[in-house]
Amino acid sequence: MVGVANLLNTTATTAPDALLPARTQMAISLGWHIIVACFGMAWPAMIFVLHRKGLNGDDVALELAKRWSKVAAVLFAIGAVSGTILSFELGLLWPGLMDAYGDVVGLAFALEGISFFTEAIFLGIYVYGWGRLPARWHSLMLLPIMAAGVVGSFMVISVNAWMNAPTGFDLVMNDAGQMVPTNIDPLAAIFNSAVWLQFAHMYLAAVMVVGFSVAAVYAMGLLKGRRDRVHQLGLLVSLAFVAVATPIQPVVGHFAGQRLADEQPIKLAAMEGLAETTDAARLEVGGYWNGEELVGAIEIPVDGLLSFLSTNDFDATVIGLDAVDPDERPPVAVVHTAYTIMIGIGSALVGLIAWAGWLWRRNRDALFTSKPFLWALVASGPAAVLAMETGWVTTEVGRQPWIVHGLMRTTDAVTDASYIWITLTVLVVVYAGMTAGAIAVIRSMSKRWREGETDLASPYGPSLDERSGHRSEVKAVVSAVDRPGIQP
Amino acid sequence: MSVPDAVAAVMFAAVILYSVFGGADFGSGVWDLTAGNARKGAPTRRLIDHAIGPVWEANHVWLIFVLVFLWTGFPSAFSAIMRTLAIPFWLAGLGIVARGAAFAFRKYSPTLRWAQVTGVIFASASLVTPFFLGTIAGGIASGRVPATGTGDKQEAWLNPTSLLAGVLATATCTYLAGVLLTADAERLGYHDLVAELRRKSLIGGAITGAVVLAGIPILLTDSPTLADGLLGRALPLAAGSGLAGVITMVELYRGRPRRARIVAALAVALVVAGWGAAQYPWVLVDQLTVSEAAGANAALVGLLVASGLAAVLVLPPLIYLLTLADSNRVGTATVDG
Ligand code: HDD
Ligand code: HEM
Ligand code: HEM
Repeated sequence: MVGVANLLNTTATTAPDALLPARTQMAISLGWHIIVACFGMAWPAMIFVLHRKGLNGDDVALELAKRWSKVAAVLFAIGAVSGTILSFELGLLWPGLMDAYGDVVGLAFALEGISFFTEAIFLGIYVYGWGRLPARWHSLMLLPIMAAGVVGSFMVISVNAWMNAPTGFDLVMNDAGQMVPTNIDPLAAIFNSAVWLQFAHMYLAAVMVVGFSVAAVYAMGLLKGRRDRVHQLGLLVSLAFVAVATPIQPVVGHFAGQRLADEQPIKLAAMEGLAETTDAARLEVGGYWNGEELVGAIEIPVDGLLSFLSTNDFDATVIGLDAVDPDERPPVAVVHTAYTIMIGIGSALVGLIAWAGWLWRRNRDALFTSKPFLWALVASGPAAVLAMETGWVTTEVGRQPWIVHGLMRTTDAVTDASYIWITLTVLVVVYAGMTAGAIAVIRSMSKRWREGETDLASPYGPSLDERSGHRSEVKAVVSAVDRPGIQP
Repeated sequence: MSVPDAVAAVMFAAVILYSVFGGADFGSGVWDLTAGNARKGAPTRRLIDHAIGPVWEANHVWLIFVLVFLWTGFPSAFSAIMRTLAIPFWLAGLGIVARGAAFAFRKYSPTLRWAQVTGVIFASASLVTPFFLGTIAGGIASGRVPATGTGDKQEAWLNPTSLLAGVLATATCTYLAGVLLTADAERLGYHDLVAELRRKSLIGGAITGAVVLAGIPILLTDSPTLADGLLGRALPLAAGSGLAGVITMVELYRGRPRRARIVAALAVALVVAGWGAAQYPWVLVDQLTVSEAAGANAALVGLLVASGLAAVLVLPPLIYLLTLADSNRVGTATVDG
């Protein structure tokens, strides 16, 4: 395999100049996009639950569905533009990857495109349809959004999984003496051996990110003494979703690890910090990698536990980093630390759900009144985001030095452009602005809702009584005349 | 028609649709920019929000389609384009992000000041983005993207054809949006706005026409292959586009903007189709043909199946959304019912 890879492209001995800024830029733009993408994947289902509840006569639920859908519209907008940048970046930062394998993974991206289209269309219909479409029909517009979110994210994840487990082609030498992919089978590439576990793991992660983040917002409100039904319902619905997802997540993660033992053992060795190939290996938890070995880790005194976790066999051999040359190992310290954080947070969140279940059984109101529990929920939102980000760092950095596992090195895929530091700087500034803007807009929306406003009309121009007020505080005039559709 | 030809045709159809729908979207932003101060411009801005609010995200997915088709169907052409034309791509990407985010933020602005800041970002990004996209088209069409290696990264987009295409793209988007907004204003009964937009759109149309005429000598000298195609195979399309442009002006002048908008969209579609026909069989003009650039056959067939699927799954709801937006069932300046 490795020999083949060296034939495929001239392997650079020194890293190209653009490598560092290009990976940093890819990591930042993906790491940013994935947070809003989670809302695209998981939030519509939660809104749907509220909307249906609202149709059965629960006005608070209906109001909440309406508010959430407006926040979702803002998040989807920035998700769409940051996603567009990602598709530019695949070509602008990694032309070598797209040149060699663009047609292998392209079908997944095409199907993803169709899904995004569906999502964008029905989102337009749903968000702008309040009060304009027949009520029952209107809520059903969420179903295609949900379906498109699932299919679209499956397809993107499939491309990433393919980079971990490349299949669906043969490498054949062409006339110029290069190895090129031939006999391409796009469906085999989509349904590669890593896709189902990666997708399940990511989908659950999306539910957790959204559920815990939303719960954190309402927990904060409850802590500030806003004990109304809006806050209780917001908390309950989001908590219900994570109560299902959180306990399943470690199970799926465990099987993802077993796949690694089989197909990407070096990544697993980096995650566990296993320097040498070992029979009946013990599990070490935590600690940090000092460049040669794991220090400060807690060793679980059960012989063969790591072997058992990786392969279901206590005596099995677990491959260590020494199995390959140093230039084929990922940066172990990053991978191990990221992995440890993910596992730590995943376990803690399972504990949090158990706590919630216990409170619920004892006295339902305790969910809304227990201060320690509410504070833990406030922390759970950022924690879930961190777990998801460190999960991606584990997968992506753990795959290094390969961009396509075993076949193409990242150094061979990267652009030769000389100015990526500039694009990176601009991206950081623009994304920071976008983050600040989104936070400011959403906070002001929730403030106006608390003040009893429902319309959230944008002030396109100063209102007529401007002279009496502060210029910057003038509210829009939205009279009947201004409403399109009503003839003046 | 061979499989690569079919994929190229579908991809180009997406380019045309992006030019019309994305173009109207970008152009609306330009009208936002020129609407005047906060007080004077408020009705226009409200109209623009109303017109593109529900559809702008869908309008831009066409671009994603084009990119995906390009890298799957013609991977070597894609990477050549991305290597050589990276700078205008980065700039267009910046414009797309700034514009989309600012538009979404403006919609829920808490204060006038905030609406003004996000509005200016949205509007100025709308002005420059089609320009950069146009320079990309110009670089490809004038044969400046080599099939292998990296071309001259500056000259590839700062050349006569690219600059012409950039200016033309911006002018066309603006003109198209002007006609559509005039029609919208008429439908909604904003009579003052109709008169103003109509007048400005007529000026815009005249400018666009002038740019086209000025462009002819530029193309003849700078892009002989393209000019050959335009005067040969693509002549009916180019002439049809010119005719449609004139009819648009006449209908607009006679105060029938709702009719004018259909012809205006047709004019844009025809001119872009003319570019495609003139350029065929080249993907990269003078460098790489459709059949040479084609990726794996299975991937191409997959793309065709996917586009069939898209036609069935995406087009009906898209048409539904567009008609809803048009019939006032969705999309007022406020979302609440
Ligand atoms: C786990 C899910 C996931 C992952 C890993 C990614 N995305 Fe994403 N993306 C979504 C989930 C998503 C989404 C939830 O489906 C979004 C967010 C908002 C939206 O409308 O769709 C989206 C939007 C979105 C869009 C905009 C579509 C539109 O115009 O509406 C594009 C072009 C991409 N993405 C492309 C990418 C690329 C090229 C990625 C990786 C290299 C990527 N995404 C990673
Ligand atoms: C959306 C969630 C994802 C996140 C948060 C993420 C994160 C990262 C990170 C942290 C890196 C940097 C690795 C390093 O420092 O060496 C990276 C690299 C990269 N990722 Fe991902 N990734 C995600 C999904 C994907 C997907 C779906 C693709 C599909 C094509 C992808 C393609 C790449 C590429 C091409 C690189 C550059 C090569 C490299 O240096 O690793 N990523 N990503
Ligand atoms: C506590 C138990 C967990 C275990 C055993 C676990 C295990 C794993 C493993 C082995 C991988 C690497 C997969 C690969 O490279 O193919 C991974 C990746 C990942 N993890 Fe976890 N994980 C756990 C918890 C979590 C939690 C709580 C989250 C987020 C809320 C999370 C988010 C991710 C993400 C986003 C990835 C990368 C993408 C993917 O593989 O889907 N994980 N995890």
